[in-house]
Amino acid sequence: MSIPAFAELLERLVFTPGRLAKLALLKDWFTTQLDPDRGVGLAALTEELAFTAAKPALIRDMVAARTDPVLLALSYDYVGDFAETVALIWPAQAGTNAPPPMLSEVVEALELTPKAELPALIAGWLDRLDASGRLALIKLVTGGLRVGVSGRMARIALAEWAGRPVEEIEEVWHGVAPPYLPLFRWLEGKGPKPDPREAPVFRPLMLAHPLEDADVAALRPEEWRAEWKWDGIRVQLTAGPGGRRLWSRGGEDISGAFPEIVEAMNFHAVLDGELLVIRDGVVAPFADLQQRLNRKTVTTRMQREFPAGVRLYDLLFEGAEDLRPLPFDERRRRLEDWMERVKPARMDLSPQIAFASFAQLAEIRAGARAASIEGLMLKRADSPYVAGRVKGLWWKWKRDPLSIDAVLMYAQRGHGKRSSFYSDYTFGLWRPDGQGGEELVPVGKAYSGYTDAELAWLDRWIRNHTIARFGPVREVEKSLVLEVIFDAAQLSTRHKSGVALRFPRIARIRTDKPASEADRLENLMGFVAGREALAAK
Amino acid sequence: MRTPHPETWLRTTPAGLHCLPGGFHIDPVRPVERAVITHGHADHARPGHGAVLATPETLAIMRARLGEERAGGQLQPIRYGERLVQDGVRIWLRPAGHVLGSAQICLEWQGSRVVVSGDYKRRRDPTCASFEVEPCDVFVTEATFGLPVFRHPPPEAEVAKLLHSLAVFPERTHVIGCYALGKCQRLIRLLREAGWDRPIHLHGALARLCRLYEELGVSLGELRPATVADKAALRGAIVLAPPSAVADRWARRLAEPVVALASGWMRVRQRAKSRGVELPLVISDHADWDELNETIDEVGAPEVWVTHGRDDALVHAMALRGIRGRALHLVGLGEEDEELAPGEPPEALVEGEA
Repeated sequence: MSIPAFAELLERLVFTPGRLAKLALLKDWFTTQLDPDRGVGLAALTEELAFTAAKPALIRDMVAARTDPVLLALSYDYVGDFAETVALIWPAQAGTNAPPPMLSEVVEALELTPKAELPALIAGWLDRLDASGRLALIKLVTGGLRVGVSGRMARIALAEWAGRPVEEIEEVWHGVAPPYLPLFRWLEGKGPKPDPREAPVFRPLMLAHPLEDADVAALRPEEWRAEWKWDGIRVQLTAGPGGRRLWSRGGEDISGAFPEIVEAMNFHAVLDGELLVIRDGVVAPFADLQQRLNRKTVTTRMQREFPAGVRLYDLLFEGAEDLRPLPFDERRRRLEDWMERVKPARMDLSPQIAFASFAQLAEIRAGARAASIEGLMLKRADSPYVAGRVKGLWWKWKRDPLSIDAVLMYAQRGHGKRSSFYSDYTFGLWRPDGQGGEELVPVGKAYSGYTDAELAWLDRWIRNHTIARFGPVREVEKSLVLEVIFDAAQLSTRHKSGVALRFPRIARIRTDKPASEADRLENLMGFVAGREALAAK
Repeated sequence: MRTPHPETWLRTTPAGLHCLPGGFHIDPVRPVERAVITHGHADHARPGHGAVLATPETLAIMRARLGEERAGGQLQPIRYGERLVQDGVRIWLRPAGHVLGSAQICLEWQGSRVVVSGDYKRRRDPTCASFEVEPCDVFVTEATFGLPVFRHPPPEAEVAKLLHSLAVFPERTHVIGCYALGKCQRLIRLLREAGWDRPIHLHGALARLCRLYEELGVSLGELRPATVADKAALRGAIVLAPPSAVADRWARRLAEPVVALASGWMRVRQRAKSRGVELPLVISDHADWDELNETIDEVGAPEVWVTHGRDDALVHAMALRGIRGRALHLVGLGEEDEELAPGEPPEALVEGEA
């Protein structure tokens, strides 16, 4: 029953917006499926197992041989997705009564079958499945499940299912391989904890709490160390005799996307730092780093145009020695010594900021001009390196957001709990329309920041002021002003307005302000160059 | 004497299919003097006709939905298999298997026979009589799901999916969008057959037709209004509602609802996604691609007219087998089904607010 069960899981995951619901579905999978299929399914979901044996063209040829071309074209035109069209249109073969294949059977056969025999093998499977099963199989063999399950989410589901802390699972995860038999044995209390030995594993990161201004008064400056909070992505570097890995914040292996970093990791240590695009020592905007993310491989041209580097801020292991129990100051000293000695390429130290009082530090924070700085990190001098978000050890103290008054233009329904609310808002600013008048140009989309009461109010307002509908989207009268706050504004060629906002959210509904008095695009452009424009406003 | 071609005595007019010698229309979209109605869905059974001929069940449904006045001036029941002659045209009805009371209109004039099937399906439906094949010279078919991508899975398997979801999410209300007439009652019966004997909760718009089905002998088990139940009582419950209500303001009263929709359109992912559906259930009261083609072959008509739906694909597929297909492009049909495309069904909304 395995492929049909897997197909049902995939279908549920695709349509389920909520994280909690996704976790429940995964836990149900672990409970109801047998080995090795449950592990194979898990690996397929998180794309630990990915097949490229069958190209989409192969599937195309197979279906073309079995269907009328006009009907196939009409069907594809209607469905829009080719894999789905094939799954739906695949004609049943009379007399095929074999049971559907097991997931593990499919995976094994894909690895062992010579290329020339693949079409017959896959066609045989398709004949034994229903439409949902066929879609799952086609997505599996062409390597694109895309159901929104990250490795991190899978490990949280495993942890909740087994009733163990997720950190424990993280520590062994990269030492086990699909179909994870020792892992499941251990989690079911039937075997010992798998030992990753030399294999590079991800160590759960230490995270920070946001610091509210009210909390500051309780802090004593001499007990705290400050650093810039860089606007890149958090990474962990693991290198040693067992191999080298670059991990994302959630424990995904992103080594393939940053070969130049991996090449520079000719040491035996585990480090914590920020991955950034750095040109001539200057950190580039986050948009530049985005060009390099979510890629399995990378061209030399990309590496040249968007050179990656790591700004290091912690040393977790030096050689085999676990430094995590040591106080932060001690680890920092060891990190500085280590840098001095090893001098790894493409890496530098995140500088510490000297300060005598929090008033002084607040001034330093407010004076930070670069878009690549999000604010400050505060780390307690005696804090050990502990997994997760332990309150009172590390704080992030973001600088105040930027703000514009924009006009609501379109609204879209949300997902899950918000599916009955118009909760996603596209907003715009004024600019000359080239004919002596003014026009609104959309500059961003926000779906957070408001309270439940504000959401209900906005939902009602939108329903009462709709002027056009496009599927789930409503266009509204251009008469409501929203105060939108955001972390940074960057030039963008992909946006009509020429500018993209970083993390925009709704701060306030400005019913007091007429739309004609909302901000102009040039006000926003002032933020792009730097934060000086804020003062000028 | 040569039998006349059906084209000469059954014509498409702006009001719908018109039988010239008999002087009546079939499922007319505007008020006419004499109407023959295939079934009670809003796009087929419209108000304001003079005389209305239909099965007793369809007439009862029309009275319930449209009111005694608007259902028609003179309602004339005719049972399946009963025959009458109207100005030389023989008329009899055969079950269409679509919803309770649904009928194919069989017409014969001067030895030439046409069957107007209305909407139909071939699958088992515990709430209505099964489709019966009537051989004919011209078969008039729908093509709502006239593309080979539409092959409905067994409804029992879809109901099993729903019950599995209730086991995984026992705290969440499962709210299922379904049409008030036919789908709702079929779904309830399928659930009862699958062993779900707990009360099933109904949106107000569905209650009246459920009562009518019961009066007409289709037992549905314990039904309760969803509107008065408190949130906690609806945890792990099944709630049925019109498709327009499941993802809108009405559904906010439910406990963390899993939004499901029971429709043949749910076969296509994008359709389900754009509706915000979390649990698509592919359960349809229309013939799927295979049923359409098998039915056309079984009735043995050399010529088939397609009233509405995906006529291009069906006409093409018939041509490959030497059957002459003709698209009638009747307007106004399929609207009750099209409500699943963006937009809201006016009727369900009106009933929902009441």
